[in-house]
Amino acid sequence: MELVSLFITSFIVNNIIFSQFLGTCPFLGVSKKIDTAAGMGIAVIFVITLASIITFIVQKAILVPMELEYLQTIVFILIIAALVQFVEMFLKKSAPGLYQALGIYLPLITTNCAVLGVAINNIKFDYTFIESIVYSVGTSAGFMLAIVLFAGVRDKVDNADLPESLKGSAISLITAGLMSVAFLGFSGLKL
Amino acid sequence: MVIVNAVAVTGGIGIVCGVLLAVAAKLFSVEVDTKVTEVRNLLPGANCGACGFPGCDGMAAAIAEGRAPVNGCPVASSERHQKIAAVMGTTVEETEKKVAHVLCQGCDSVAAKKYEYDGVRDCKAAAAVQGGPKSCDRGCLGFGNCKVVCDFDAIEIVDGLAVIDKEKCTACGKCIEECPKAVIEFVPYKNNVVVGCHNKDFGKAVKDVCSIGCIGCKICEKNCEFDAIHVADNLAKVDYDKCTHCMVCVQKCPTKAIQGI
Repeated sequence: MELVSLFITSFIVNNIIFSQFLGTCPFLGVSKKIDTAAGMGIAVIFVITLASIITFIVQKAILVPMELEYLQTIVFILIIAALVQFVEMFLKKSAPGLYQALGIYLPLITTNCAVLGVAINNIKFDYTFIESIVYSVGTSAGFMLAIVLFAGVRDKVDNADLPESLKGSAISLITAGLMSVAFLGFSGLKL
Repeated sequence: MVIVNAVAVTGGIGIVCGVLLAVAAKLFSVEVDTKVTEVRNLLPGANCGACGFPGCDGMAAAIAEGRAPVNGCPVASSERHQKIAAVMGTTVEETEKKVAHVLCQGCDSVAAKKYEYDGVRDCKAAAAVQGGPKSCDRGCLGFGNCKVVCDFDAIEIVDGLAVIDKEKCTACGKCIEECPKAVIEFVPYKNNVVVGCHNKDFGKAVKDVCSIGCIGCKICEKNCEFDAIHVADNLAKVDYDKCTHCMVCVQKCPTKAIQGI
């Protein structure tokens, strides 16, 4: 039950985009079309889950015993970057279909702060191994939810008759802000 | 000691990651066809999609795999086609350059109006209302959908009529696909004589809706020495292979529906 509530909380209540404001650059950059947004979302779920597992092991097995917790950030970045590269090569060889589907989004995720944010939060909130996996999946699913919803709204906004000065990024940022306010409604949800 | 540990751990992880990646790169290496990149560099990079593939990358892959003809890019010049053919180790037959042309001259001052249209300035929207505001059912509506889709800035709307600059046109075919009235067609670039009308009605029915339409009188057909213009379904059509651009039909046409461009 606690795991379910952890999942729901990380999925919508503490949505990574709308209440933690992490990973906003791919959120704004790759949200022009719903299919590309969904592709990005799946790639993020994949990488975040994998990265959390590995960073969790590294933290518990290497950093804590050696009392080097302050190196967390730099070590995690190192691991995430290498991991994404590795996953890309692995997929290219063994699952070309999936590689085609994820396409350019994989390398983009290397610099996605949401990945690092989740890895660090797992440690900061003192989650167990299982909890950190649930938290990672919930958060990254929240990212996918946010980016797909946003892409849908942008699709509609593109056809709207806008004042010249609001066209493009301006209206996207306003839309993102309004969606963030809307998600604030979930903050009352007690699980 | 703390510093040594820190350096050792960070460096160690770095080295392990590096070695793993190096091994993975060897282990999972996929041979990429160098032809794809070479062909890709020769394509224009406009990603217009006129070839029917998703962008120039898709086209390059298709050419390299032999799924598309080397001259399949309608935008690239024939010189480029030769270069692509050279990369692929084949030759390309010279194809005639084509350009899109609006086969209608019914600008606002010559075409009669069925009603005053006051809706969205969009050809498809207007065409949905009784076929559009112009009395002629087959003419250019002039709201400029073709101009919007043109990636090469080759289309202008002049007095409620789309006009294509044949120097800028790359024959990508997007406007032809977009036009709800199917009034745009490919004509050979070298050709100077086209029938600027699509109306298949006869005589007075055409005159009533547009003063510059083809009435199907066959004067052009009778006067052409080269058997290069024929009237079918009350509409003259130039045989671009036979036309010698003598301009006789252009001068003889009573309604000036034949354009000498």
